Amino acid sequence: MSQLTCHELSLGYEGREIISHLSFHVNAGDYLCIVGENGSGKSTLMKTLLGLRKPMKGEILTGDGLAAREIGYLPQQTVVQKDFPASVWEIVLSGFQGSVGLRPFYTKAEKRTALENIRKMGIEDLKSRCYRELSGGQQQRVLLARALCATRKMLLLDEPVAGLDPLVTADMYSLIDELNKRDGITIIMISHDISAALRYATHILHISDEIFFGTRAQFEESKAGKTLYRLRKEEKSWQKC
Amino acid sequence: MAEMLTNLSAYFELPFVRYAFIVGVLIALCASLLGVTLVLKRFSFIGDGLSHVAFGAMAVAAVVGLTNNMLIVMPVTIISAVLLLKTGSNAKIKGDAAVAMISVGALAVGYMLMNLHPTSSNVSGDVCTTLFGSTSILTLTEEEVWFCAVLSVIVVAAFFFFYHKIFSVTFDENFARATGTRAGSYNLIIAVIIAVIIVIGMNLVGSLLISALIIFPALSAMRLFKSFRSVTICSAILSVGCSSLGILASLLFNTPVGATIVISDMLAFGIFSLIGVFKTGLRD
Repeated sequence: MSQLTCHELSLGYEGREIISHLSFHVNAGDYLCIVGENGSGKSTLMKTLLGLRKPMKGEILTGDGLAAREIGYLPQQTVVQKDFPASVWEIVLSGFQGSVGLRPFYTKAEKRTALENIRKMGIEDLKSRCYRELSGGQQQRVLLARALCATRKMLLLDEPVAGLDPLVTADMYSLIDELNKRDGITIIMISHDISAALRYATHILHISDEIFFGTRAQFEESKAGKTLYRLRKEEKSWQKC
Repeated sequence: MAEMLTNLSAYFELPFVRYAFIVGVLIALCASLLGVTLVLKRFSFIGDGLSHVAFGAMAVAAVVGLTNNMLIVMPVTIISAVLLLKTGSNAKIKGDAAVAMISVGALAVGYMLMNLHPTSSNVSGDVCTTLFGSTSILTLTEEEVWFCAVLSVIVVAAFFFFYHKIFSVTFDENFARATGTRAGSYNLIIAVIIAVIIVIGMNLVGSLLISALIIFPALSAMRLFKSFRSVTICSAILSVGCSSLGILASLLFNTPVGATIVISDMLAFGIFSLIGVFKTGLRD
């Protein structure tokens, strides 16, 4: 059984459907990239997968040992976070909030795991620093460490490299790839960046007038994939000129 | 100076001065705790609106002639807090407009009622006391003192119990919600705590000035400190310090206690801002 199955989803708001008849599934260890134009409904899909809003039609099922609230989430940065007085340690620990219930404090085991995740992200020296004083790439690593505290199975990443410079972007991608390959964490990533999607993903969900879902190889053969490939090549030759 | 001290010790011989001092400090402590959350969640305006609602409710209670007007003021303020929070997230009337409507409406109704059914010969004095706090903290009754003390202890205990949850809901509500924190319930708890703080704070500084008691210490602490815990601790200490100073000063110089406390909070904010500017200036 798949970890996450979406069956005949219709998404939209105020009675207007922006995505209809969306079906796809994600198995343990997959790396799914969701690509599409701005306004195609990627973020709405993300919010629905996280249970922040209800689909208009259809259903989302979780299985294979994954509970609906066990999905780690890396959000796009919001304005509130930018001037928030919070240390890296406080933020990473808050990843456990979903599982502590009414218990007012964190356990030793939770603190240990938080520290492990901080190490994994290579930000141990930033532990007591203030979040708002970090660079964009460092902030993303902090939020990724927090997401890892919330899950061991599946991560949802919303434009994880938006606003990062090329070097940091490459770092971020290899970090995510490592989590997928080494730790076996299922990745669902929303991205603008087709070339990265084609490089790392095992599966592609392309949201456009026509919806495509399949493996990367299938996508490369599909009409949408070919068009995107051509565009990309043209872009590259353009850059060379 | 020596004369001031003898003056003060004479005051503190009186039990009700001691009680009032303790209550003042407790209220200031409670008010400062949720300041960070209020400021960062952009809830400051709700605090302001609620205090006006509490004023209206106070007027209604006075007209109805209840012996303990908290029986009306507390539930009305809590219900308003919950309603404002709900409308803040999804409503046809935008959050801040709704707050403006409710708060101005409550002010008008309150003032109207107090004038139509005056409970004492000095209406403007009553209004002034409700808006700007007891002109002297000594006019608090023993009943009010106990009421405030018990509620303050409850607020502080609730804050400690929910500290990490308040942090996670304030820092990133979507993440909290997505990973299974009952963000809605915690927002509700935050709203109820704010309402309670506002009602008990009205006794000390009045409904117009209570927002200052909530927001100033947090804003001051945020100039200098960088983690949620240090900001919270600093604003609590700062608030307790400023209110003690304010109460003592108001006893000595016979000034209105609410205004004196708020002015000492403002001074602290000025000092902290200066230090903050100085520190970043040095670093750059």
